[in-house]
Amino acid sequence: MQQVFKRPQSLKDVQTHFCPGCHHGTIHRLVADAMDLYGVQDRTIGVASVGCSVFLYGYFDIDVVEAPHGRAPAVATGVKRARPDSFVFTYQGDGDLAAIGTAEIIHAANRGEDITVVFVNNTTYGMTGGQMAPTTLVGQKTSTSPYGRDKSKDGSPIRMAELMAQLGGVAYSARVAVDSPKHVLEAKKVMREAFGYQAQGKGFSFVEVLSACPTNWGMNPLKANARIGEEMIPYFPLGVFKKEEA
Amino acid sequence: MSKRLFVKGNEAAAMGAVEAGCRYYFGYPITPQSDIPEYLSRELPPLNGEFIQAESEIGAINMLLGASATGARAMTSSSSPGISLKQEGISYMAGAELPGVIINISRSGPGLGGIDASQSDYFQCVKGGGHGGYHIPVLAPNSVQEMYDLTMHAFDLADLYRTPVMLLGDSVIGQMKEALIPNPRPVRELPAKGWAVRGKSGAEQRVVKSLFLGDGELEAHNWHLHAKYQVMKEKECISEEYETADARLIVAGFGSVSRIAHTAVTMARAEGMKVGLFRPVTLFPFPEQALAQAAARAGKVLVVELNTGQMVEDVRLSVGAAAQVSFYGRPPGAGSLPSPEELLEVIRKNYEETAR
Ligand SMILES: Cc1ncc(C[n+]2csc(CCOP(=O)(O)OP(=O)(O)O)c2C)c(N)n1
Ligand code: SF4
Ligand SMILES: [Mg+2]
Repeated sequence: MQQVFKRPQSLKDVQTHFCPGCHHGTIHRLVADAMDLYGVQDRTIGVASVGCSVFLYGYFDIDVVEAPHGRAPAVATGVKRARPDSFVFTYQGDGDLAAIGTAEIIHAANRGEDITVVFVNNTTYGMTGGQMAPTTLVGQKTSTSPYGRDKSKDGSPIRMAELMAQLGGVAYSARVAVDSPKHVLEAKKVMREAFGYQAQGKGFSFVEVLSACPTNWGMNPLKANARIGEEMIPYFPLGVFKKEEA
Repeated sequence: MSKRLFVKGNEAAAMGAVEAGCRYYFGYPITPQSDIPEYLSRELPPLNGEFIQAESEIGAINMLLGASATGARAMTSSSSPGISLKQEGISYMAGAELPGVIINISRSGPGLGGIDASQSDYFQCVKGGGHGGYHIPVLAPNSVQEMYDLTMHAFDLADLYRTPVMLLGDSVIGQMKEALIPNPRPVRELPAKGWAVRGKSGAEQRVVKSLFLGDGELEAHNWHLHAKYQVMKEKECISEEYETADARLIVAGFGSVSRIAHTAVTMARAEGMKVGLFRPVTLFPFPEQALAQAAARAGKVLVVELNTGQMVEDVRLSVGAAAQVSFYGRPPGAGSLPSPEELLEVIRKNYEETAR
């Protein structure tokens, strides 16, 4: 009998702590798949951020450095500069990357650090209980936007993948979703492409992944999954926004 | 063997870092320390090192965290407002037990304050600064030679104890030029960095972190850090004494003001007063025992600082009831550096009180 599906080698054989219907687990798997593809597990150093994904080291069988909230791109810069032969990625939420860590991500990207950034956009601060994030959609109710995000006071949700594409140092920037088998397969391809840029030393790569947070959206997993296509993708279009030629 | 150079304190610290094997530097411009990034931006690239002018001091300290996590010798430098921004990262490094050197050529505050020589950040540096109740070794050079020597020492302490180490100076120490003998790095046996992340390469997974959520884990970690601080207190105190053997009054001061106090003490001796100088070189660990002994012999300590009274608290804790402690402070600002004559006058007054 032929085995057609198995756990990526870079993932540990453990259960995750993520809530039912959370997409963090699927995204972890895609990252591990890309690592396996290039055979870089043994020289990868992951940089964990502060958010629901802080336990990166519990799930990936790789060396990991934990960064302060928002600072992962700066930590990754230090790691990569000191060990240029290593494979370095950060894994950050939208509060972490697009609010408190805005300066660090913009400048690491603009310097063209040879790292890969996985950006998980779930339109909320998952870990702290569902507060408004810079990516919260206009009108979306959260625990700190009880009347819905008000564009005139809270601003508009930031489209990070498009923003990244504007920066000279960025070689690759894309947005994907994991809400359907079709989207997961596309996301897998994009994740592999992004990691491929680093594997070939071609510079900074960025993948934004639209992700469900059923717990803080107050939805069951199915409804939360459906929200990705109904509300998020219309505002956060999927696609590759920058792809520098070799 | 070594030549004699005539350089600024800031340059001497940068040279000490290079001699200590530091090849990674991350910084952000701020007066009066910018000579350090300027020097290293020139000197590191030819040595296959990396210099990054970061987006902010927050960026810089986190780059240091990342480079140190790989086991490399790395450094950042700044001045007071920038050190405030670094405190989060220093706390994370202390929690994750990461070595790393931070040079603080401090200036006056609070707020934007001014760029004059000041010792108003003693509390911030010595008592933790960031959250979580940690300590880091703090070294206080008072000459260009010590800027060089103590920077090398800072790297060794950092590796020995797996801790960030701070060098605390001010514009007097950082900007003045003096003779420097750039001695080779002292040979010291240092532990292997088996904890550093390198990519697993088939070995056990290595994780550099400061999050401890398991039952009792964080408490145990805090006691472990505490035990390290106790060892530092036993082994790593450095202080300098001048004319303290028969002194009836000990003047205590660190860094730039200790230079002025030294001159004042010499002037007092010339007038026949039995006065000595005690200079803590390590502010953490504070040289409690050496000071307590000198103070007990003399009976009185006069603490001089460029602030309204910070180190004096540690002096009082050190000497207890064994000696009387008085304080003379010149808080920071343009024109607030005391002259030797001014300190001599203060010494005279305090000395007469002891004689009565
Ligand atoms: C300096 C600092 N501020 C605030 C926090 C609290 N905090 C922890 S996680 C988090 C937000 C996480 O949200 P996000 O980055 O979107 O990740 P998610 O949990 O949604 O995956 C915040 C604000 C912190 N740890 N440190
Ligand atoms: S709170 Fe949200 S982001 Fe965090 S694990 Fe649960 S579903 Fe996922
Ligand atoms: Mg989030």
